[in-house]
Amino acid sequence: MRREPARGFAQHMPVIFPGLMLTVFFIVPFGTMVVVSFFRRQQGGFYVPDFVLANYARFLTPFFGNVLAFSLYLAVAVAVVSLVVAVPFTYLIARSRRRTQVIWLVALLSILSLSEVIIGFAWSTLLSRTAGITNLLVRFGLMEAPKALVPGFGAVLTGMVYQAMPYAVLVLYPSMVRLDPTLTEAARTLGASPLKAFFTVVLPALRTTLIATLIMAFIFALGSYLLPQILGRPSHWTLSVLITDQALYQSNMPFAAAMAVFLVLVSLALVTLTMFVGKKLEA
Amino acid sequence: MDRFLSRLYLALVGIFLAAPIVVVAGVSFNEKQNLAFPPQGFSFHWFAEIFVNPEWFRALVASVLLAITSAALAVAIALPLAWFLWRRVAPWAQVFQLLGVAPFTLPPVITALGFLTFWATSGFYGQVWTAVIAHAIFFVTLPLVTLTLGFSSIDRSLTEAAATMGADDRTVFRTVVLPLILPYVVSGYAFAFVLSLNEYIVAYMTIGFVRETLPIKVFNALRYGYTPTMAAVSVLFVAVTAAVFGLIARFGDLPKLMGAMSSKD
Repeated sequence: MRREPARGFAQHMPVIFPGLMLTVFFIVPFGTMVVVSFFRRQQGGFYVPDFVLANYARFLTPFFGNVLAFSLYLAVAVAVVSLVVAVPFTYLIARSRRRTQVIWLVALLSILSLSEVIIGFAWSTLLSRTAGITNLLVRFGLMEAPKALVPGFGAVLTGMVYQAMPYAVLVLYPSMVRLDPTLTEAARTLGASPLKAFFTVVLPALRTTLIATLIMAFIFALGSYLLPQILGRPSHWTLSVLITDQALYQSNMPFAAAMAVFLVLVSLALVTLTMFVGKKLEA
Repeated sequence: MDRFLSRLYLALVGIFLAAPIVVVAGVSFNEKQNLAFPPQGFSFHWFAEIFVNPEWFRALVASVLLAITSAALAVAIALPLAWFLWRRVAPWAQVFQLLGVAPFTLPPVITALGFLTFWATSGFYGQVWTAVIAHAIFFVTLPLVTLTLGFSSIDRSLTEAAATMGADDRTVFRTVVLPLILPYVVSGYAFAFVLSLNEYIVAYMTIGFVRETLPIKVFNALRYGYTPTMAAVSVLFVAVTAAVFGLIARFGDLPKLMGAMSSKD
């Protein structure tokens, strides 16, 4: 049965329901949000239709600039660390026996079922002074006295890398496991060490996947909402926290919408830039 | 030496990945109400609490119902779309593929706020079913990706043979395509189900003030006083997820479902 263009109503039917759902419940809400970002806020109520740029003008404050800069910095850090940890890990899994692969995959998929809240709680315990890992270090004589590593930037970063890891591995896995093993064998036969073969053959062959993983982890981190609140100080709160706060607790939907639109634009710009750089490297 | 180093690396990442689960499990079996770790005593009390305490039980039911329905809706959107894209030459329909992938690739808070403004404007804000639609759209990416992968792994000569023997489109779909695609339907549904069960921000922005799902309940518990019940819930979920994917691995080819070549290749 070869692929043919669809003819007539009957053959188009399967696409009607998905198309309708995605249009009504994704395009329209998104559009609503963009429109609301130009509305005027009404004290006590929701908002009134208008066309004002005041919501966007509020971005020009140093407070907002700081939050945005920190959000981007955090997202880049999370993406880079996740990739650096996940790439060798996935490579080693993909090279192992099929049974071992299955066990790791089931473990990773199970971690997906830890909600962000629980990840935050678990790491805040692990990094606390009373019950945390520093107690272990003290017992082994590596540290003088237990200390609290939370709240802090390191704690936020650890929690978010933890959260991004299963996703990063699952995105990397298909290309890693499909990678032709003769490639590295050839490199080894020609005298390259395993490490050199990994850096000069495996990584270049997977460039596109690596960039895709980086972008995914970056966007994922950019939208993080709970972990910065649970593991960080208020200075570690991200744009997502600010957006939620404005939308739900300050009842300033237009300003929240304007920030959301801005966040989309910034992420799109950075994704485009990353892909452009990736293409450049490929050429 | 190389083998040792790679084992060591796998072990270190393994410990990193397991550490939070160990803590949560320890807390959930703790006898006392405080969040002590290492745990003192051993008890199943907090697991019973999930089912006995009406508040926790209501949150559990709300979350499970939301996950069951929204994952079903997500598959119902993804399956015809993925089939159409595989069956027909229709470049324009790629737009819908892109739309299906978009919600999950944007920061979640965007999708959440989009739905909040949408439901508030249309006057449905706070209705329970709004969260079902919101989750279905947010997670439609997962069944769409697994199904696209599944369809691309179907050998077209099979369907061609069936068509040559006189089977119409419907018969081919029912007798050839569906059995081959079913494992991908199951794994796509499982993904959407598991993630919906644990999703916080979209659920919070759509029905957070009306109904407590489990993640919302856990976050509130974390803010307004601890209870080991939240740890017990997480242990339960991890166990259920491990069982589900373990079963999928037992009866299917998990590496292949995750994008590897078939084990027979």
